[in-house]
Amino acid sequence: MEDPKTKILVIIPAFNEAGTIGDVIASIKSMAPYADIVVVNDGSGDDTAELAERQGVVVLNHPYNLGIGATMQTGYKYALRSGYNVAVQVDGDGQHPADQIRFLIEPVLKGAADIVVGSRFLGVGQYRPSIARHTGIMLFSRLVSMIIKEKMTDTTSGFRAAGLKCINFFSARYPDDYPEVESLVLLHRNGFSIMEVPVRMQERISGHSSITPTKSLYYMIKVLLAIFVNLIKKKNV
Amino acid sequence: MQYFRIFSILCSFIVFFVIIDFIRRGLLKEKYSLLWLASAVSILVLSIKERLLDKTAALLGVGYPPTLLFMIAFIFVILIMLHFSVVISILHEKNKILAQEMTLLKNAVKQAGIDPAGGNPAGGNPAGGNPAGGAARGL
Repeated sequence: MEDPKTKILVIIPAFNEAGTIGDVIASIKSMAPYADIVVVNDGSGDDTAELAERQGVVVLNHPYNLGIGATMQTGYKYALRSGYNVAVQVDGDGQHPADQIRFLIEPVLKGAADIVVGSRFLGVGQYRPSIARHTGIMLFSRLVSMIIKEKMTDTTSGFRAAGLKCINFFSARYPDDYPEVESLVLLHRNGFSIMEVPVRMQERISGHSSITPTKSLYYMIKVLLAIFVNLIKKKNV
Repeated sequence: MQYFRIFSILCSFIVFFVIIDFIRRGLLKEKYSLLWLASAVSILVLSIKERLLDKTAALLGVGYPPTLLFMIAFIFVILIMLHFSVVISILHEKNKILAQEMTLLKNAVKQAGIDPAGGNPAGGNPAGGNPAGGAARGL
């Protein structure tokens, strides 16, 4: 923000977010005018891309649905090639308030951490997940905290800011699906520093969690497997 | 000679020549045919050489030698399927990278004022043609 050489990019992964994408972009533009915005449209069937383009932001259109991991990675690849030093992940469904972005990028700009994760459970806001969801979130947070030997409270949060080192790393390697938890373990294994800051989040304006009850079992198994495989894998592979 | 051996020899011959023919016609890459050929040859050899089949079965503690043929065929099926899973995973990753590159290229082409759909190159650039490119640069 202060340094003119600092280029900040907000990456918005979007899959059928026509109901919210316009408001999300508009609020980022007004609350975080220092940042550029890129929308990665993951093969939406609605007019997400048109609505985003109407707001004058860069829209990257996947030729077909590649999944959330590949969508985020496309954003990171774009950030790397366009010379951004900070990339912020903001969901297209409106649950990540634009006025909180500055809390995420501040530590990155100061060099306090390579990646900063916005946590819903550090006292700000009143996010109340269902019991099942809460249990899952807690389980992963405990597990990740144990692995990275640092207290993490919200490892499933997709509201994050990444510095240049992370942008570089994620461009080369990013988990395919349900990437939030796994990416933290990956970063830790490769020597990156991770930090959490308290943020307020909103209930979704439209759409619902990508994690339905039927998918949650797959989610748990997939993420646990990925974590344990990561632990026995050689570093930097 | 028992019927199962004749049947087994016949089957492995058919598999062997079908695979060779597929390679010849370009339907199958050599790389993906090796396991198939190896399975056909192993079954063939064990079916022709009765003593070898009996000895190997005895060595492995298989009471009824023809079962060994099934076991070997099954092991090859597992290996071939595992091979496919690995190949699919690699393809998946390569395909993802390709799609991402295409996405970024399409955007770069658009920013340069060219219509990526390839329609009318002159029509892409001026006036209302390119809101994303121009505006985003200015932010």
